Amino acid sequence: MATGSIWGINGAVIHVLPEKNTGEFFISERVCIGEKQLAGEVVSLRRGASGEMAVVQVYESTSGLRPNEKVYGTGQPLSICLAPVWVGHIFDGIGRQLDKVQNGSVPGEKKWAVRLLVKEGDYVPEGGIFAEVTETQAITYRAMLPPYISGKIRAVAKNGMYTIDENLIEIEGAGAFPLKQDYPVRTSRPVRERLPLIQPLITGQRVIDSLFPIAKGGVAAMPGGFGTGKTMTQHQLTKWCDADLIVYIGCGERGNEMAQVLEEFAQLTDPRTGASMLARTILIANTSDMPVAAREASIYTGLAVAEGYCSMGYHVAVMADSTSRWAEALREISGRLQEMPAEEGYPAYLASRLAAFYQRAGYFENRNGTRGSITIIGAVSPQGADFSEPVTVNTKRFVRCFWALDRRLAYGRHFPAINWNDSYSDYVSAVLPANVIENRRRILEILTEEGRILEIAKLVGTQDLPQAQQEILHVAKIIRETFLQQNAYNAADAYTPFAKQVEMLDALSSLIAKGGAL
Amino acid sequence: MNISKPPLRHEYLNTREIRGSLVILEGVQNAAYDEIVTINGKTGRVIEISGDKVIILVFDGTQAFTLADTRTRFTGQLMKMPLSVEMLGRTFNGAGLPMDSMGALPTNEWREINGTVINPVQRVYPRFPVQTGFSAIDGMATLVRGQKLPIFSADGLPHNELAARLAVNAQTVVFAAMGVSVDTMQFFQEAFDENNARSRAVLFINLASDPPAERLITPRLALTAAEYLAFTHGHDVLVILTDMTAYVEALREISSARGEIPGRKGYPGYLYSELASLYERAGCIKGKGGSVTQIPILTMPGDDITHPIADLTGYSTEGQIVLDRQLHRQHIFPPVAVLPSLSRLMKDGIGEGKTHAVHADTANRLFAAYAKVADARALLSIIGEEDMTEEDQKILQFGERFETELIHHTAGEVRTFAQTIEVGLALLAGL
Repeated sequence: MATGSIWGINGAVIHVLPEKNTGEFFISERVCIGEKQLAGEVVSLRRGASGEMAVVQVYESTSGLRPNEKVYGTGQPLSICLAPVWVGHIFDGIGRQLDKVQNGSVPGEKKWAVRLLVKEGDYVPEGGIFAEVTETQAITYRAMLPPYISGKIRAVAKNGMYTIDENLIEIEGAGAFPLKQDYPVRTSRPVRERLPLIQPLITGQRVIDSLFPIAKGGVAAMPGGFGTGKTMTQHQLTKWCDADLIVYIGCGERGNEMAQVLEEFAQLTDPRTGASMLARTILIANTSDMPVAAREASIYTGLAVAEGYCSMGYHVAVMADSTSRWAEALREISGRLQEMPAEEGYPAYLASRLAAFYQRAGYFENRNGTRGSITIIGAVSPQGADFSEPVTVNTKRFVRCFWALDRRLAYGRHFPAINWNDSYSDYVSAVLPANVIENRRRILEILTEEGRILEIAKLVGTQDLPQAQQEILHVAKIIRETFLQQNAYNAADAYTPFAKQVEMLDALSSLIAKGGAL
Repeated sequence: MNISKPPLRHEYLNTREIRGSLVILEGVQNAAYDEIVTINGKTGRVIEISGDKVIILVFDGTQAFTLADTRTRFTGQLMKMPLSVEMLGRTFNGAGLPMDSMGALPTNEWREINGTVINPVQRVYPRFPVQTGFSAIDGMATLVRGQKLPIFSADGLPHNELAARLAVNAQTVVFAAMGVSVDTMQFFQEAFDENNARSRAVLFINLASDPPAERLITPRLALTAAEYLAFTHGHDVLVILTDMTAYVEALREISSARGEIPGRKGYPGYLYSELASLYERAGCIKGKGGSVTQIPILTMPGDDITHPIADLTGYSTEGQIVLDRQLHRQHIFPPVAVLPSLSRLMKDGIGEGKTHAVHADTANRLFAAYAKVADARALLSIIGEEDMTEEDQKILQFGERFETELIHHTAGEVRTFAQTIEVGLALLAGL
């Protein structure tokens, strides 16, 4: 394995001089740093006047680190360990369990009740499922072969209790495989085919499902200044959307919010399964006081886990709150690497990284024949609530669903504060039934008309408006207050089933027709 | 935490460059990142290492330093401060040295000032309200114990008066002033003295005339003291940090001296992380009594709420209290702009048994009504009162009364939660 010693230290970035005759560091290699065995990853390699140099980003505080301390390569890229340990728990940005002490179980030693699904002589396809474990009340963990390995089973274990490291099956010519599977976080998992996006992801939020819907496997961005309810909306979606599993990535956000999710979700019941909400939730937390390099990695850790469960045949929704903090982590590390900045100090590769991130969403036929999806919903925190800043602009290029949060609506306590003029969704025609599309069109027309009339009313007051216009204002007000606004704290209002939304739309539509407004 | 290697005793003389607060040394062996050094009797910190070259940030200025005769000694320690309950009633300067005549703090307890990351699993979600006595805050943006709720102010607004009134009502206060003028310092000292609050307070004061680099450690000293009082001695501590704008300006100054690539408006790209590393040091911890509640105060340059300082603070804190110049001109105190103000933790901190059974509902109705006032006022200036609908006229009256009866407090007037809700309900009855 490659070995080196520290030459320079600047915040989360260290420079390492490789030692001769010890093997080579490689890009994305996970390394161990110094006496304290800090975790790090190789981000660049170069040969200069002073010899070879490896640049490493460190996932922990570098305070107290000294030059000449040793750095050891692990020979492995930064990876997650896929095992039945993720659901219902909280992890840091590079996938280390944060609530481990509390649960008192070290995954490596715990034995799981494994059911084998194959027998000797069976042929298992690439990435095929061969065993399962009940992970939580809502999720069954399925042990798979790695994505490119297939073959005939030479030997298979009996149903029983096993640790995640114990081998369960042996494949001819490919070796033996246990419950767990290590997978690099920066490589997207291969699939057999990408399927068209035609299933809606029902969130129970009326303004989203009926006006700006998102498909399973789709991508949405939610930008908004502070206090417009990004995190609140993400929490609502996490609670109520009809995905099988949620991966919630708290990326550079507040510690108290993660504490809240943990407390609240443990008490909430998922209406679809009757299990605790936590039984279908994975939390990745890089709170804003945690090291910045781990924030950069947290997004990939979350995606790699999501892809793991997607290939077991689950519909996974990934909530990233917030992608702006991730972009800022890129900027900070880029600055420490002395890279040439593009706009506002962000690195020039910001756009390509964002694109690669959102590209990992989709509705897939997996290599093992199961179907699953990854929906990505990213919160964006535009600086100064200015939607023309680099992260928002570049995000808009790659998402097909845009929920613009509006400070003015938030000030008037109109929640969710999704502005109907600035938001859009490309999934409307693919996922909504025709009658809903028609009703949706009418409602949006009334709201647009209302905006125009209110401009005039600002100058002349509503009293002097013609009867027809007053009618429109009245109907629009009903639409806003009964349909668009939704109270997250009211148990009856927090979630509206889609069938009921359709009825409400019909009712509103006939109200519009009765008024003869359009 | 001691750094494992023993401290090096010999002094380094090979200084290559002195620029602002930065000193660059060459030929250094074995310096640690973040290590504290003494340099010509002053204190500095290692902020970058490249081979045998080390960059040091000197906290108390590099005046009269020479290239030939600058002596640097590495201490082998990270930055630490002494801690004791005896701190209550004391005043320290921005670097943590006593400013009063009571001498050094008698204690063996030393802790690192950068704090440690709090595992979110160890946090207790804050749920208990703090009664500040001001209706605009208690009623509309309730402060919760363990919250970080900044005051967004601007030059010429009475944020110091508000902060002083909040401070003297608290059980235990840690007060950190960064880059404040001498009269501001005196104002706070008098406020504490007048209210006999001095014995419940620890003051850290970095004056506008003190070196900017010192400003970077002042809030960390204050927060370390607060964490000690809260989590070792069970106090509910209120931390007031003023003025965060001066802190951020100091950060920019040093970043630019280091030649770092700037983000927005010349501020360093890591400003968010930097601010969050301070603000996240608020909260309640499982199994430990006490709490740290933060009220950072910042003055928005040019009254601009989208300025990076206000913006990045708003993104990392749990709400904000915004002060408004217009209300201040109308002699409303505290001039809290209710609509842009927000407490994210309010929803779980209020209600039956905590503040008032109908608190949430009343606050929501007040918000909705007050949100219409601005439009009604705009209309008033165009068409006059006679031509307005009766509904709009009621809204106008409501706005007037809301500002003078609910937001405004006469000198020394303190309202309980119940009184605040009563005022609110009375206003709503007029609609």
